[in-house]
Amino acid sequence: MINFQYARASDIADAVRQHAADPAAKFIAGGTNLIDLMKDDVERPSRLIDISRLPLKTVEETAAGGLRIGALVPNSDLAYHPLVAERYPLLASAILAGASQQLRNMASTGGNLLQRTRCSYFYDIATPCNKRAPGSGCSAIHGLNRMHAILGTSEACIATHPSDMCVALAALDAIVHVTGPDGERTIAFGDLHRLPGETPQRDTNLQPHEIITAIALPAETFNAHYSYLKIRDRLSYAFALVSVAAALTLDGGAIKEARLALGGVAHKPWRNPAAEAALRGKPANGASFKEVAELLLQDAKGFGHNNFKVDLARSAIIRALTQAANETPQSQSDKKIR
Amino acid sequence: MQPSARSTAAAQPAIPAPEKISTVLNVNGVETRLNIAPWTTLLDALRDHLDLTGTKKGCDHGQCGACTVLVDGRRINSCLTLAVMKDGATITTIEGLAKDGVLHPLQQAFIDHDAFQCGYCTPGQICSAAGLMAEGKARTADEIRELMSGNICRCGAYPNIVAAIQQAMGRS
Repeated sequence: MINFQYARASDIADAVRQHAADPAAKFIAGGTNLIDLMKDDVERPSRLIDISRLPLKTVEETAAGGLRIGALVPNSDLAYHPLVAERYPLLASAILAGASQQLRNMASTGGNLLQRTRCSYFYDIATPCNKRAPGSGCSAIHGLNRMHAILGTSEACIATHPSDMCVALAALDAIVHVTGPDGERTIAFGDLHRLPGETPQRDTNLQPHEIITAIALPAETFNAHYSYLKIRDRLSYAFALVSVAAALTLDGGAIKEARLALGGVAHKPWRNPAAEAALRGKPANGASFKEVAELLLQDAKGFGHNNFKVDLARSAIIRALTQAANETPQSQSDKKIR
Repeated sequence: MQPSARSTAAAQPAIPAPEKISTVLNVNGVETRLNIAPWTTLLDALRDHLDLTGTKKGCDHGQCGACTVLVDGRRINSCLTLAVMKDGATITTIEGLAKDGVLHPLQQAFIDHDAFQCGYCTPGQICSAAGLMAEGKARTADEIRELMSGNICRCGAYPNIVAAIQQAMGRS
């Protein structure tokens, strides 16, 4: 870790101001990812602006019938919050599928959105990586890429976004509230994270000095038919090989609305609105689910070690949708997949 | 002295060393004032500044749980926590769990169930289990296993660790 200055922000405007005065600074809240990256010299901020004491720690009901989640609500508090557990069990389940309880106690809602890829080459400063050192090349494309993306990749980067919580937030059409030098704005969740393209060093569409202040959830909860299914190398405390957030509303046996987001397969939580639309009006059965899985994965492409992810994702999509339709969501403590 | 390959490769202007920051921590019931650099983790502050070496440094990257302590009653990884950010907080380490010479029920249960071999992960396991009991979310063995998954035991004492936690949960 290199030397850095440390300062506390007194309020949101002060945080933005301090960041604008020192563009090499970073905000710090939970620190679970940033401190780790600093220890490996991947992140080298000149200054840490401590936002952890700002009053952004409440979960409130909105006039629109949804929830507004403060950016500093710890992941564990959010998963166990009664309004989240009851109304948005897909979100609670996804959060509890990620990390460990210690890390969930530390990690903030906003920080979860901004965690960086766990690509081992991104972490290893002795190797080329376009995300860490733009223009240096991608070591993963012809390297050990078992954990890497199969959708939305570019020649510059095949890294995945590591979050579980974000996969559920994508499926739920969350809205991200940010404040920057020009004031406040909102970003649709699907527009927050980017595909790598030629600029994999940019994970998100946040503008310079912007800070996430809250996440809003719409009124549609999908709390009857949902499942978060995460497939990984060990049963707990591991990043996803493939994960699926599935949410349905049903009318009899027919699908009224379907939401489907994938984790572990792309540079951002992966959704395909056309595939979701194709499920509308279809019977909620295995044939429909297989069809949508094929549609979602028609452009999927492996890079050698991760070729298995295409088949794994197909099976996981069908299984998660079946679990959602049957009201038998994946348990995050008893890991048996039913 | 030659600059290291790392600093040369990074080619970033030198940042002046910041002043040490006065930080107050209440550790195991004792209020302690420290002057520490901002990059000092809570783990290093406990071990190197306060000589509380019960808290262990395993991976130093939040992957093993050996450094688990309670901050304001919640279990966290002290290796990924900057001590300056916890100014004013109440910290409980393994050294602070026994009261008046009587072991904490978890400490006694780990002995009763032989819930360790080398013992290196044990302080983190016990602090994590204390946090788990305070959270009150685990009832079954499956739930204990899941919510203790942030604590790795290379000796593989997991069955006995789960049994020890179940014993302590029954008592409290």
